[in-house]
Amino acid sequence: MIDKTKHAIEIHNVSVRYRDFTALRDASISIPHGTFSGVIGMNGAGKSTLFKVIMGLVEPSHGTVQVCERSTHDAQRLGCVAYVPQNETVDWDFPVSVHDVVMMGRYGVQNIFRTPSEEDVAKVSQALHRVGMHEYKDRQIGELSGGQRKRVFVARALAQGADILLLDEPFAGIDAKSEKALTDLLLTLKEEGKTIVLSTHELTSLSEYCDHVALVKKTVIAYGPTHEVFTRDLVSQTFDGMVHRIRFAQ
Amino acid sequence: MDILTLILEPLQYAFMTKAIMVSAAVGAVCAILSCFLILKGWSLLGDAISHAVLPGVVLAYIIGIPYSIGAFVFALLAVFIIGVVKSNTKIKEDAVMGIVFTTLFAFGLILISRTVSSVDLMHVLFGYVLGISDAAALYTMIAAGAVALVVLAFRRTLLLYCFDPIHAQSIGISTTLVHYALLVLLAITITASLQTVGIILVIAMLITPGSTAFLLTKRFPAMLAIAVCVSVVSSVIGAYTSYYLDVSTGGSIVFIQSMLFLVAFAYTLLHTRLSIWRA
Repeated sequence: MIDKTKHAIEIHNVSVRYRDFTALRDASISIPHGTFSGVIGMNGAGKSTLFKVIMGLVEPSHGTVQVCERSTHDAQRLGCVAYVPQNETVDWDFPVSVHDVVMMGRYGVQNIFRTPSEEDVAKVSQALHRVGMHEYKDRQIGELSGGQRKRVFVARALAQGADILLLDEPFAGIDAKSEKALTDLLLTLKEEGKTIVLSTHELTSLSEYCDHVALVKKTVIAYGPTHEVFTRDLVSQTFDGMVHRIRFAQ
Repeated sequence: MDILTLILEPLQYAFMTKAIMVSAAVGAVCAILSCFLILKGWSLLGDAISHAVLPGVVLAYIIGIPYSIGAFVFALLAVFIIGVVKSNTKIKEDAVMGIVFTTLFAFGLILISRTVSSVDLMHVLFGYVLGISDAAALYTMIAAGAVALVVLAFRRTLLLYCFDPIHAQSIGISTTLVHYALLVLLAITITASLQTVGIILVIAMLITPGSTAFLLTKRFPAMLAIAVCVSVVSSVIGAYTSYYLDVSTGGSIVFIQSMLFLVAFAYTLLHTRLSIWRA
């Protein structure tokens, strides 16, 4: 069982440099197991880089990263972290079905030819039921609505058996009803012990589902329980003052 | 003349059976690879590599080694140079590819004009499958078979790499390895196809069948099957056409592929119009 006293993600003094550009400087964040964290910051603030660090896709030039008390390499091998891409970065014309995409979640544990076993098929089917997409399993992925598309990738994360779900701008391009359905799904997953981390521009509804918030501006300015961190002062600092229309906890 | 004699007559010549077999093998392997290339958006890269092998072919001819070795070395060299230039400038990848492949192609043209006859030049540029040697035919078949086998065996990983490389990496699959493996397979395929369709037209074999299939299906296994059928049929009909009309084999194969693409394109247009009209 998941030890809630330990951290799902521990990042200490991490810096990431791309050629002549520093994306993150001296960033530290410790995300507890079983929490729902929102990562906010302006475009280019380093949210994507932070995600890449957690997934082990970029090697920090400085600092340490631990995911599920392991190195990112081991966490990758064990499939601890699942990534749900932004809708706009996916090629929706790609000739794959809903079932095919969710099966990709199993690739990490399969043999090198990725031949699906009975267990893999069962897990995929289970994951599809879990997100309410089983009846669409034979659809080509482009034949789905924005919200359904998101749920397919969440199902892939479940089929993978990941403890941590990273969602990149999951609410971009989906309607309010789908957003509600998605956050409800993510909240139940959190209750079951998953750690949810999402980046978003949707500041107005953030405090309704996130129990933790991370403010990012070239580093992690602040991270903690929503009511402590999601305050006018700190958010204003993150967005260079452009925050007049948002209701805050305090 | 009935249809059976029409089909059987060319087969009494060894060069024709050989040409048909080689063209079909090349057609099949190019079709399989084309499905991945068009989904990955690597069409231009295929074009770049095929042009860049020219100096390799000529140098191999001068030194007296099999031309496929020279072609393969220059294919990898082109990929390497493109990679180095791209990661050290702000110039976009398509421009880098354009510069690199035209440079190598131009260098090949210079070499060729000093060494081989214009007939040989035509054969390198446009293929000459009717005159393929036994050794070259054997090499082509083995290379085509090996590449097809490897690509089909690893199709799921390759498809994941094309579809979602970030997910692939996040579950510990080395996308760098997959990337270079796909490039090497592409390079081998291009060298194997040179004698059939030549440097200029090989890119058609690597784009058109996959594109035709992509128009007709939304399932990847079906896409592979359709691409291979379309391509092999084009190769065989192309070989016959070139025999009866005494025209370029490579040209015939590619032209028939394009016609089949046109048919698929017209079908999809008609299909969408009809469903709009019915709705």
